[in-house]
Amino acid sequence: MEPNGRQDDLPVVVRNLTVAYLQVPALTDVSLALPAGKLIGVIGPNGAGKSTLIKAILGLVPRLSGDVQVLGRSPALARRDVGYVPQRVSVDWDFPTDVLDVVMMGRYGYLGLLRRPGARERSLALEALAKVGMADFAHRPISKLSGGQQQRVFLARALAQDARIYFMDEPFAGVDAATERAIIELLVELKDRGRTVVVVHHDLQTVREYFNWLVLLNARVVAAGPAEQVFTPENLGLTYGGRLGYLPFPARASQAARRSPGGD
Amino acid sequence: MFANALWVMSGTALLGLAAGVLGTFSLLRRRALMGDVLAHATLPGVVLAYMATGTKAAGPLLAGAAATGVLGVLAVLAITRYSRVKEDAAMSIVLTVFFGIGILLLGVAQRMPGGNQSGLDRFLFGQAAAIVPRDVRLIMAVAAALCLLVLLFYKEFKLLAFDRDFGAGLGFPMTALDLLLSLGVVTAVVIGLEAVGVVLMAALLTTPAMAARYWTNRLSAIVPLAGLFGAASGVAGTLASQVGPRMPTGPLIVLAGSVFFLVSLLAGPERGLLVRLFRFMHARARTRPTQHRLQPQARGGDGA
Amino acid sequence: MSASLVIVAVGALVAASAGLVGSFLVLRRMTMLGDAISHAVLPGIALGFLVTGSRAAPVMLVGAALFGLLTTYLVQALERAGVREDAGTGVTYTALFALGVALISAFAGHVHLDLDHVLYGEIALAPWDHWLLGEVNLGPRALWTMGAVFAVDLAAVVVFYKELKICAFDPQMAGALGLNVTAFHYLLMTLVSITTVGAFDAAGAILPVAMLVIPGAAAYLLTDRLSRMLVLAVGLGVLCSVLGYLLATATDTPVAGAMAAAGGAVFLGAFVVHRLKRNRCAM
Repeated sequence: MEPNGRQDDLPVVVRNLTVAYLQVPALTDVSLALPAGKLIGVIGPNGAGKSTLIKAILGLVPRLSGDVQVLGRSPALARRDVGYVPQRVSVDWDFPTDVLDVVMMGRYGYLGLLRRPGARERSLALEALAKVGMADFAHRPISKLSGGQQQRVFLARALAQDARIYFMDEPFAGVDAATERAIIELLVELKDRGRTVVVVHHDLQTVREYFNWLVLLNARVVAAGPAEQVFTPENLGLTYGGRLGYLPFPARASQAARRSPGGD
Repeated sequence: MFANALWVMSGTALLGLAAGVLGTFSLLRRRALMGDVLAHATLPGVVLAYMATGTKAAGPLLAGAAATGVLGVLAVLAITRYSRVKEDAAMSIVLTVFFGIGILLLGVAQRMPGGNQSGLDRFLFGQAAAIVPRDVRLIMAVAAALCLLVLLFYKEFKLLAFDRDFGAGLGFPMTALDLLLSLGVVTAVVIGLEAVGVVLMAALLTTPAMAARYWTNRLSAIVPLAGLFGAASGVAGTLASQVGPRMPTGPLIVLAGSVFFLVSLLAGPERGLLVRLFRFMHARARTRPTQHRLQPQARGGDGA
Repeated sequence: MSASLVIVAVGALVAASAGLVGSFLVLRRMTMLGDAISHAVLPGIALGFLVTGSRAAPVMLVGAALFGLLTTYLVQALERAGVREDAGTGVTYTALFALGVALISAFAGHVHLDLDHVLYGEIALAPWDHWLLGEVNLGPRALWTMGAVFAVDLAAVVVFYKELKICAFDPQMAGALGLNVTAFHYLLMTLVSITTVGAFDAAGAILPVAMLVIPGAAAYLLTDRLSRMLVLAVGLGVLCSVLGYLLATATDTPVAGAMAAAGGAVFLGAFVVHRLKRNRCAM
């Protein structure tokens, strides 16, 4: 991990973070310095603590030890500038509200207490909806949406926040190919506008294509840095510990023999 | 006699209005029964206030009720947050324990000079017939304040009910807002205690809001409609109690509200049963002709 | 048999029966239904009295049991119609309770259906309320009633242990396995109704509701295994009964209220133990 510039300029700095659920350590002694303006992928096997890392950075789970700074401040103070799209949004889909209303909630942070949303909020929300291709659904009740559509609505809500840094937990899970393409285009556009986007990702096939910076995680940080430096067979082997059924590289026989357990 | 009925009716109508408006949010948060818990939790406070002040004046009793009511809400939150006991069990526990403590204290209080039996009856069922103009003015002020609260914090309460974590993520003080809403409910319960009693106040908080949901799918319309149903229940119940000889007002208000709910459930255009049946049959009727068309085509297709 | 022993015994039987059955309510997150049933039996009791003109226990029991089942059925029906369970429970039981109060006030007002009695019974009278079968004095009636209820509850739980367990844990899988989940739901609710109703005369409406949830919830905090949870629930229920009786005699207050208050203390104890265990594990 190569921090560029002073620590305060970095959107996320994590030092010696340890998180445990009851007796099981989920993250052990994690230290990271994420660079600004990049599309950052967090990858690792199931149970590696990827979601936990995001939640710990956001201050949503208690830390056993360690320090987290987001945009130079503690997570609680940085909330206004942070957008979060969790893995499964647990809301009552039966709630009497429509798509536009949900997206407008993304602007509530700017409004603060007591102020009511007005025309400006509506137009910003409609813009965000258009970006995820759901502009036509503005007045549809949320109970009448498919899974992929729901995902896109919550993505639009995060966009409406116009945050400086976004954290997304598996945004491509369960969406069709066309939606996935649309989402990644959106994320690239965000990156090009100088936002930092941190994405927990599960599909190794697309990692090199999507991200230019990576964090390889398996309860500890295996490697973190620019994708071309870090996405190597050695690192992947360390991260997935032999659980990879398929290496996304053409592996030479000699390399494979050296990597298997029992080899030297 | 008639004038008195008019006062009672205004009182119960305003109570219903406030309860309906506030109750919508409780209902949407799946805390429909929290009002019930709150109501039962006020008993120890009422008795303690009586024991402390030696009077049955409204002020201290209401303060005591509010104190233990809020304590009850906090206890439910604490239990669900700090143990694996789920919300429904936490509510039942607080409801019964607080009420039991209240009964205990009542037993002690009844031996004090001046204590008598009627306390519990009034607490449970209220004495709507005893509402006087002064009470109505108090109810009116409180109802207005509560409606204003909802108006001011509408988007915050909506966020609280819909996606609390997101609200926290945006930086809103969700716990404080939660307590504020609960405080509003406690106030409504406490004001309603005198008029319609504990059990029935809990009903007013949920039934009108439930009825409103069958008429519209927009929150901004549900809230005032729930208030309207609540007020209507108050009026209808009071009118009905004038008719019968010994009919107490409180239960009749609840029954009126339940009737509104049943009618809404059946006939409401939003998702009422009759409407759903209608749509189902309509959809079925539309798909049938297609089946007839398929048969000749299938034969033609086979021949090709 | 001394009077205090009878009172404690009746209380213990109420708590044990309710704790046993209530444990499943806690696991299935249906405790409010138990609360609702004990309120909703009021019109049943009132109707029983109005129809037969007598205050005999069996009459009231039948009326109450029927309304208990009716409540369950109504809540189920509302759920099928799309009403959420907690809301449906609230609407049903408040309407039924209001109906009960209206009936009692309108038609039975001239007879003293004591409200206090309805709420917390008069368990203190249990030792002297004997069951007279012809010429034979069979002893305190409440002991017989609650003894029978406990026996039925215990038998049902033992016989249907596997089924109740799986229906509580994963009703969808249970259905997929061919179990009639609805039937077991009604079985559980019937057990709740008889327990509530059986305890009604002796202990009113509050105590059974408290005992339906407190021993079970406390046991839930103390163990991870269902079998141990059930045993613990019975034990903790008895503890509530004993402590409650002591509290009631010390302060000269209604026994049912004291037992509910004692339940609060027992639950608090379990809560503290639970937290201590959690903190130790996190180390």
